[in-house]
Amino acid sequence: MPDRNPPISKLVEPDRVHKSVYTDEQLFELEMERIHERVWIYCGHETQVKKPGDYYTVQIGRQPMVMVRGADGKVNVLYNRCPHRGAMICGDRHGNTGEFFRCSYHAWTFNHDGKLKNIPMMESGYQGTRWNRDNPDCNMKQAARVANYRGFVFASLVADGPSLVEFLGPSKIAFDDICDRAPEGEVEVVPNCFRVIQNSNWKIFLENQLDALHPSVTHQSTGRAARDVEVQIEKKTGHAPLAYHMLSAFSTVTIDKWDNFQTLNYPHGHCILAGYMGLRPQDPDTLAYEKTLVKAYGEKRKEEILSTNIHHVLIYPGLSVQSPLQQLRAVRPLGVNKTLTEIWHFRLKGAPEPIYRRALAYYNLVNSPATLINADDLENFWKIQTGLGSDGGDWVSFARHYGRDIEKDGVLETGEGMGTSEAPMRNQMKAWSEFMARA
Amino acid sequence: MAKKAVRKVVKKAVKKTAARKVSLPAYKAGNYATQHAVEQFLYKQAEVLDAKRWQDYIDLFTDEGVYWMPADPADRHWDGIPSIFAEDKNLMTVRMNRVLHPDAWSQRPLWGTNHVVGNVIVEKESPNGDVVVRSRFHMLELRRDTVRHFAGSYVHQLKKTPNGYRIKMQRVDMTNAQAAFEYVLQVWV
Ligand code: FES
Ligand SMILES: [Fe+2]
Repeated sequence: MPDRNPPISKLVEPDRVHKSVYTDEQLFELEMERIHERVWIYCGHETQVKKPGDYYTVQIGRQPMVMVRGADGKVNVLYNRCPHRGAMICGDRHGNTGEFFRCSYHAWTFNHDGKLKNIPMMESGYQGTRWNRDNPDCNMKQAARVANYRGFVFASLVADGPSLVEFLGPSKIAFDDICDRAPEGEVEVVPNCFRVIQNSNWKIFLENQLDALHPSVTHQSTGRAARDVEVQIEKKTGHAPLAYHMLSAFSTVTIDKWDNFQTLNYPHGHCILAGYMGLRPQDPDTLAYEKTLVKAYGEKRKEEILSTNIHHVLIYPGLSVQSPLQQLRAVRPLGVNKTLTEIWHFRLKGAPEPIYRRALAYYNLVNSPATLINADDLENFWKIQTGLGSDGGDWVSFARHYGRDIEKDGVLETGEGMGTSEAPMRNQMKAWSEFMARA
Repeated sequence: MAKKAVRKVVKKAVKKTAARKVSLPAYKAGNYATQHAVEQFLYKQAEVLDAKRWQDYIDLFTDEGVYWMPADPADRHWDGIPSIFAEDKNLMTVRMNRVLHPDAWSQRPLWGTNHVVGNVIVEKESPNGDVVVRSRFHMLELRRDTVRHFAGSYVHQLKKTPNGYRIKMQRVDMTNAQAAFEYVLQVWV
């Protein structure tokens, strides 16, 4: 660590964080080692790899990994690396590898669980050496742990630590909420993920996800523009598609109203933004959908499912889930000031088509690379990253409503009318300090 | 591998990469007028975009017109799938109003584009004068101090009206549609 930075234990105070946490390259390496390459990281949804041999590559911390479906139906997560001379095995982002992996350098082959299948002229070439089928070093290495929660596949690169369900804790409601909204209790990935690079540190994105103070400021232009057109359409036809309402909410939900939201902050840095964006209209499409839910679950359970009061769930350190719209953003840090987001949409199995279309409109307008919303967030992220590089100050403040949070059984709740509290950021940085303190 | 097997594999690979079947129209004398009119239309469109004359651009579309940039070159219909852009005139108006709003933060810094359109091929001309036309574009974008280069192909379905062509559908296939986007696109390409 450069001398001008305080030691790690001094970087995070309860209501502020030292800027080097966002700008220091050595700290970034340490974060990858102590956070991303240890905790449970989201790899993908099992429906991304439906058939045996289907694979998807994914970055966990600094490690290129590959998620692959085996002939036995099991989803494996392997290091995308050949044990021979280290070449990457899968060069495409996704595809089908057939019955086995085959390295493009010297044709070593591997089963879908990574186990060595064959080496050309193995007998003559390796007799008497340390390389034989019983030596695990001949296999593609597996992630230490892989777990699947309701179809969402996670991996951890270390053998010890909490189980996935323990790690997720109450934040697993993100996946329950997505799946329960499907009459069949499952979702299927929409086979096209949007990928956008942010020129900023990964934590800046996570902090923004639960920042209830910013939408009406940052997204004012789109909110207003959408509202104007929404009003015109309403005049002409009586009612505008829901997509306009989702966009115009950014201006009609003014800055003071965001205090009505509430955040619930959990161990390991996870957080739920509870609140309601008017996603439960009473149009014929919604009513038809509600009928399918009643049929599947009964009236009482349907009410429970649809009144789940979630706007956003943040699963530290790399997943932001918008369960009422069946969308998620996975964060892949590429460097201290470069971050890739992969944005996925899911289809509720058994739900009528209009419900998918409605969420799709949001996916296209808000989450595509031509986003009407995130563009201004990215602009802010870049400004933050650049500003933090300056000597104009050493600290980032998270003091809003500090000292007024309510702590109940390890859960930090923002108080009534304090939805814009910076509690989620304080909670994330608390988790960060705990992870970083473990050598 | 036997020669035949190799040929088969190569054929398969070629099939996989050929995203769209390209048919070259037979040369017909008398196409000049259409060719010329269509080219002029595309050049004008490029100028309107580069001049940031957003309302004029939207006015180039028919009332039901759609601007579509697929996320995947294999996509055939714009409706009901993830797309980078899939906008009717109403949504285009939202985008325009947003870009013109003084607090569109990402629009504040200096930015501009430069489109070049070429390889214009009239694919189909109906008796009523409507045409389907393919072309290629290169677009250079400046944002702050950074230059980005985009390229791809257009397919325009144009309706012939007394006031000239109007766009029923503009399909834009960006060469990098499936790659990660370094920053985002703010207006139509
Ligand atoms: S590096 Fe993979 S077979 Fe040699
Ligand atoms: Fe935002």
